[in-house]
Amino acid sequence: MRLDIRIPIGALFAVLGTLLAGYGLAGGPALAQRSLGIDIDLWWGLVMLAFGALMLWLAWRAGRGSSGGPP
Amino acid sequence: MHPRAIDWVIMGVYFAFVLGIGVALKRTTRTSTDFFLSGRSIPAWIAGLAFISANLGAQEVIGMAASGAKYGMATSQFYWVGAIPAMVFLGVFMMPFYYGSRARSVPEYLRLRFDEKTRTLNAISFAVMTVFSSGISMYAMALLLKLLLGWGFGTSVALSALIVLVYIFLGGLTSAIYNEVLQFFLIVFGFAPLTLLGLKDIGGWHGLVAGLEAVSVSRGFSPHAWLGTWSLMGSPKDNPMGVEWFGMAMGLGFVLSFGYWCTDFLVVQRALAADSMDAARRTPLIAAVPKMLFPFLVILPGMIAIAATVHGGAGSLQLPHKADGSLNYDMVIPLMLGRYFPSGLLGLGLTALMASFMTGMAGNVTAFNTVWTYDIYQAHILPRASDYHYLVVGRIATVAGIGLSIGAAYLTSRFSDIMDLLQLLFAFVNAPLFATFLLGMFWKRASGHGAFAGLIAGTAAAALHQGLTIPAGAQRGIKGGWIAVLHHYPSLMAQNFWTAIWAFSACLLVTVLVSLATCARDERELVGLVYSLTERPRAMNRPWYARPAVLGALVLLGALALNLLFW
Repeated sequence: MRLDIRIPIGALFAVLGTLLAGYGLAGGPALAQRSLGIDIDLWWGLVMLAFGALMLWLAWRAGRGSSGGPP
Repeated sequence: MHPRAIDWVIMGVYFAFVLGIGVALKRTTRTSTDFFLSGRSIPAWIAGLAFISANLGAQEVIGMAASGAKYGMATSQFYWVGAIPAMVFLGVFMMPFYYGSRARSVPEYLRLRFDEKTRTLNAISFAVMTVFSSGISMYAMALLLKLLLGWGFGTSVALSALIVLVYIFLGGLTSAIYNEVLQFFLIVFGFAPLTLLGLKDIGGWHGLVAGLEAVSVSRGFSPHAWLGTWSLMGSPKDNPMGVEWFGMAMGLGFVLSFGYWCTDFLVVQRALAADSMDAARRTPLIAAVPKMLFPFLVILPGMIAIAATVHGGAGSLQLPHKADGSLNYDMVIPLMLGRYFPSGLLGLGLTALMASFMTGMAGNVTAFNTVWTYDIYQAHILPRASDYHYLVVGRIATVAGIGLSIGAAYLTSRFSDIMDLLQLLFAFVNAPLFATFLLGMFWKRASGHGAFAGLIAGTAAAALHQGLTIPAGAQRGIKGGWIAVLHHYPSLMAQNFWTAIWAFSACLLVTVLVSLATCARDERELVGLVYSLTERPRAMNRPWYARPAVLGALVLLGALALNLLFW
């Protein structure tokens, strides 16, 4: 069976989202200077993390469904 | 621009995933069908996103943002007029013949429908074109990375070539498609904050409108010029593009857009990889939905940048000037990345840009290796070898294709005139193509001799028209008028649209005349290849949202609504 594309997409966005959000959280207000005072790294990182998690959940659900069926 | 460690880490993570996908797919790439057509097993939504993404190279992103600054909202015509109707036509009417005939490539359909010479003409011109497009993509990437990160030309070319080579060599078209889908989401997530922050900075939509009105007036147009689309097309003098509505609708909306979206194997290949006829038909229709919304992602940043440059409002956002004093519109995206993105997000934006350069290359390479192997090698050099043999040939063609692209990239960096000339030549070759497919699919009388003569006549007509007309303000030569000047066009864009219209008309006329003078093929041989002789695919037992005709109508309604909203 071929690789479900939602796994690499989900994993990539989960990793990148975590990296961004973590960096934004640690960066403090100086980091937000360019982005009009918004800690965009933190918020956008969380959005990406949520998207990654959604993709992984969809892949997990699909994988569970197909492996439970007849061979 | 000064990326920090976090930015490099983000880029590194992405490249690791790209290569990882190639390695993971190697195991399931065993036959030539796996390698060239993903084993015809891709679900519709994945094929659809790859379809749109293969076209969304970085030149497109940077170029559309530049056009957004240069022409304003009218740039979205390239999406709402110049893409959506053609994509719907491909899915609803043409895909049954491409997919249903089991042709493995667009040139192979021409072989089945017409004859060997028509296929070979199309295959060779297409193969040459893909190699050069991929080379131009590499060249553009190297230029941008030099500017943004200070990388040498050779470093950028070698890095992008190596990564693309590894993942296509291992996983073939599936690898390319998976990476295109990955890139689709990267582009959306990497560029959406650009539009959001830029819009917030300039004072929201109202601030943008005020800025664009100032831009329009300062350039001597009516205040609405940078905001409207059709309302300014009454006369070429009223809009910054310098085109009138007929040239726009017929040239871009019909000939150029149908010629690209319905016949270019680079995009059609994604639909041929779909897992069923239904999925293949839905591929361009699914692709049309994000395509419709892309102007807000790629054109709006350009409009924000020009409004800020002319009218102020958004802090320090100022487009730089070129050496000749004109604004450097190509800098919109790099400028805004540097202005709004802090470290971290900057890495994401740069990654999205690099990803789109590489998928732009990869799309060309996968189309090249397929056309080379099936339509040139198997057709003319070694027709009856084992499947494994063609798989190996495909992998060798991948290496050779990338090698040739590197050559093309260096050629471009040395002689930019050669590149302009080649692109012009490609435009001449492509312009008449849609007439051939239209007659082939919907007129059973069209013959092989007719198609071949029509293609030659269309290309000749395009060259002749370009040689006899010239856009305002241009020097005679590559821009036109190299035979004589019989007509002046208000802009280069208007000239291009009309070149396409002339090429299409000549091809249509000559194909019809020559077909009528030559023998038609036996109707029994044309079943599955021509509309009137083919049973319609039935999708009635599907839910409404899975029926191509319903989906197509909804997509068209959406595009119509956007046209009216931004009239």
